[in-house]
Amino acid sequence: MDLKCRGAEFNIDVAIVGAGHAGCEAALACSRLGLETVVFTVSVDSIALMPCNPNIGGSSKGHLVRELDALGGEMGKNIDKTFIQSKMLNTSKGPAVHSLRAQADKRDYSGSMRKVLESQEHLTIKQAEVCELLWEEIPVDSREGTYEKTVRGVRTQTGTVYHAKAVVLCTGVYLNSRCLTGESITYTGPNGLQAATHLSESLRNAGVELRRFKTGTPARMDGKTIDYSKMEEQKGDERIVPFSFSTDPETIQKDQVSCWLTHTNKNTHDIIRANLDRSPIYAGIIEGTGPRYCPSIEDKVVKFADKESHQVFIEPEGLYTDEVYVDGMSSSLPEDVQLAMYRTVPGLENCKIVRNAYAIEYDCINAKCLYPHLEFKKIKGLFAGGQFNGSSGYEEAAAQGFVAGVNAAMEILGKEFLVLKRSESYIGVLIDDLVTKDNREPYRMMTSRAEYRLLLRQDNADLRLRKYGHRVGLISDDVYEGVLTKQKQIEEETERLKGVMLGASSDVCRYLESLGSSPLGTATSLAQLLCRPELDYEKIAPLDPDRKPLPADVTEQVQIEIRYEGYIKRQEKQVREQERLEVKLIPENIGYDDVPSLRIEARQKLKEFRPVSVGQASRISGVSPADISVLLVYLEKINRSSERNG
Amino acid sequence: MSEVSSTTIAAISTALSESGIGIIRVSGPDAVSICSEILYDSKDNKVLSSMEAGNFRHCYVKSGEETIDECIVLLYRAPHSYTGEDTVELQCHGGVFLLKKVLALVIQMGAIMAAPGEFTRRAFLNGKMDLAQAEGVMDMISSRSESALRSSRDQMSGRVSAVIRDMRARILYETAYIESAIDDPEHFDLTGYEDHITDVVNGLKAETEKLIGSYASGRFVREGINTCIAGRPNSGKSSLLNLLTGQDRAIVSDIPGTTRDTIEEYVMLDDILLRLTDTAGIRNTDDPIESIGTKKALNAASGADLVLFMIDASEYLETDDMEIFSSVYEKKTIIILNKADKTLKIKPSDIYEHFRYSAGESIRNMTFEEFSDRYPCIIMCAADGHGQDELKREIKRLFYSGMVSSSSDIVITGLRHKELLCAAEVSLNNVLNAVSDGMETDIYTVDLMDAYKSLGLIIGEEIGDDLADEIFSKFCMGK
Repeated sequence: MDLKCRGAEFNIDVAIVGAGHAGCEAALACSRLGLETVVFTVSVDSIALMPCNPNIGGSSKGHLVRELDALGGEMGKNIDKTFIQSKMLNTSKGPAVHSLRAQADKRDYSGSMRKVLESQEHLTIKQAEVCELLWEEIPVDSREGTYEKTVRGVRTQTGTVYHAKAVVLCTGVYLNSRCLTGESITYTGPNGLQAATHLSESLRNAGVELRRFKTGTPARMDGKTIDYSKMEEQKGDERIVPFSFSTDPETIQKDQVSCWLTHTNKNTHDIIRANLDRSPIYAGIIEGTGPRYCPSIEDKVVKFADKESHQVFIEPEGLYTDEVYVDGMSSSLPEDVQLAMYRTVPGLENCKIVRNAYAIEYDCINAKCLYPHLEFKKIKGLFAGGQFNGSSGYEEAAAQGFVAGVNAAMEILGKEFLVLKRSESYIGVLIDDLVTKDNREPYRMMTSRAEYRLLLRQDNADLRLRKYGHRVGLISDDVYEGVLTKQKQIEEETERLKGVMLGASSDVCRYLESLGSSPLGTATSLAQLLCRPELDYEKIAPLDPDRKPLPADVTEQVQIEIRYEGYIKRQEKQVREQERLEVKLIPENIGYDDVPSLRIEARQKLKEFRPVSVGQASRISGVSPADISVLLVYLEKINRSSERNG
Repeated sequence: MSEVSSTTIAAISTALSESGIGIIRVSGPDAVSICSEILYDSKDNKVLSSMEAGNFRHCYVKSGEETIDECIVLLYRAPHSYTGEDTVELQCHGGVFLLKKVLALVIQMGAIMAAPGEFTRRAFLNGKMDLAQAEGVMDMISSRSESALRSSRDQMSGRVSAVIRDMRARILYETAYIESAIDDPEHFDLTGYEDHITDVVNGLKAETEKLIGSYASGRFVREGINTCIAGRPNSGKSSLLNLLTGQDRAIVSDIPGTTRDTIEEYVMLDDILLRLTDTAGIRNTDDPIESIGTKKALNAASGADLVLFMIDASEYLETDDMEIFSSVYEKKTIIILNKADKTLKIKPSDIYEHFRYSAGESIRNMTFEEFSDRYPCIIMCAADGHGQDELKREIKRLFYSGMVSSSSDIVITGLRHKELLCAAEVSLNNVLNAVSDGMETDIYTVDLMDAYKSLGLIIGEEIGDDLADEIFSKFCMGK
């Protein structure tokens, strides 16, 4: 292909490269903020494609979707329209780890998102492979520091040039991708889609360092060939909770499909072990680093050799098809081994594989070259989000795509960047981890990564984040006012419950005993009663005649805030401590060689990561508290010197 | 002025020498409220509430009913202090041990131990120091933290770090299990987990408590055994002192003034550190006219861990000997029948017969063997050193039984280590409380990880990606 061929030229505001889950959110955010936006995809039929698992959400990922929705993203609304089963996970555990997961009708999900993009003003969908990033060697000083280059736009394979003020890279797993099934290698993206083979070279020319990651997916089977009678049925929740804060729960109660649970056994594992030499990973053909949290079945059998059985979930790909997804058995073994292996599993004895399992390798970046607002540190106007940044998962991708898109818009509009803190969102944790830590595998969100997770509940994402959505212009005044009202109601009701005291009268005690709760010894506040595990806001209603009717989402918050107050207060205190370091910014042009007394390891790490704040520096492994103290003193010194010099 | 911190820090800010006076400095927004709770005048009124900044007062440091020390308190208000923050300075009179006790109390009240160089860092950040001093400050922070880390490592035997590593591994395993169950609820079941975690945490708590308890015996390793030589005039106290100190002059404290003024001397007997108190008093009694009476013996012995009770065995026992014994018998006491070069008029059995009726009920019914075990009786000649090996053996037996080979047993010696262990203990208790309050399993991890962090600080390890690594390596996650 001749990249120099003459093509048309267009002037736009933002070019979004890729229309997966990251690209869609980025494109919608920019165009909704009034910027002329073009979203490029190798195939319009693959907009918001779900090339792996057929669900949205799950532990901590459900949090991401909720947060994205609170900020003004689309994913939550789209899954509410297209789910076929829904489940709140971890309901037997505390509210901080409740998390929604919904099975999607894949075609419906993709089609519905495409419709949203198509009907969005200022947004153009373009099927084209972006082959070249256009930039100029113009150093620019900005509030963040010095960029070496400035982005000018993109060129497609037909030679058409799109002059753009900002470019957002959301290339997912498509860059130089290759798929492996045993000895068979195809140079395609997922699902046989066209890979993007030119852009990597162009990015390298612009000074972007790329690395190779790998992930995998299990086989899809013909559901008609599966014997479900040998499996355990997994139903959805009776009462469905929507993802989006703007979805009315009443409108989404519907019949749901089931998933099915079965298990691998010794025969399965024997077949895998006997054929390990034919696995491209164990034979050393795959160079990319794979994720530890979603291991292939080969990995599970090798690394957890003492486990005799692994769970396998059969999940429908949608209502439109008989195809099912075999969750728990991703693989890159050859097709004949795959078939033999799957057929050892109860219920799959006669299964027919529609699509083989495969591993996929692709180019991505180490996100430490990005600012926390997801712009490249060296290239002004170039932003990145999604799997390209070294993450994995639809939800992680969408969250980053949204932030990258919003910040591309903020830069063009000259407004404050959207950088969410670790203490206020999982999205903040996700992005901070990506740009601060040395991630050696595709990054997946987990609740254990959030140190303040009692504050970051899926139930209060609106209270935490609507304000930011409103500030950037994606949440309307009305919606924002609604959140402020809710906040006020929660505070007032919490105070009231702390103030209302109950005497230990025989009526009260009798009622408590009828609920299996111990009688009162002394006067007790309603708030103290709410702390008893066997009681809740509704149950104490007869003891609280003065209460005013309040919306269910308000009383839910009141109950959680009261019951977990001790823990919440503790985490809030930790947040305030850390906050002092977060607000101390490090000038981009700091020369770490000029900072005396830093230990060598710390000096190297700081040079490598170039953190934007002392808080970020404190999270880099190899930087000790003493180094942070030294850094604080140094910053104060240069601060005072510059004040003195005027 | 830049606001640096919301925390209040405390430290002993004089060198830990054996000089009688030491200063504890408390700085930060809560300095006054913290110290206000522990400082009282002679009429039991809180002193800080009525004090003006810049003034000083005499007062007592109290922990509840117990008076720990008396001190002079100085109050500084921000920004007129070294750090630029509210600062309370306590000039204490006790030695190293009491200083540390006061510091521990301040920390218990809510201050945190100052990091190396932190007072100076705060002073600089609050604009209390010249720009030119900045590099010196940075140097000091980094060199002090290096040396603190080294000394912290030196203070700890390999066994202690092995025990702490093992405890951390167990905490991390349980946390990772809970986290795996949260991240992958369909693969990991937490039914009945409450009982399991209660067992594990109780086990960890017992170990933590044992380590904290060992701090007391660790004190002997760290600060020496506070030893008092008692006895009638001319019983040979100064000979024993000379024998002990003369053995290894180099280890006797080289703090200026030691020979004349100090009331403490340090003596190393093999690997045992003795802190001899009131040595000046003993030396003064070289003048035979001035005698050390029973009252004085009682005073000197009151703070002692060990009493070396000298008896002139060339003479018969006198009432004074019984009186001295009756004032020291509650201590670990070694009876030394001195002047073995002369004809002995007293045998150990005489000691048993006479002494057991001169003191409390508890020893009256002791057999001779029991009495000798509790009050070893050594025949020695302090003038020529005869019997000193037996003396060493008995001291070791009394203080280090089971922990003599100090590298093989678990003793913690640093106050910082003890504080961190206490913090870990609090966190472990919180886990147990969460279980009994019916809190959900995911809540446990908050305090489990706090305990993990505190224990990690003892051996200088950060958390990093420990948890994620543990989850992936120990538990086979879903998909």
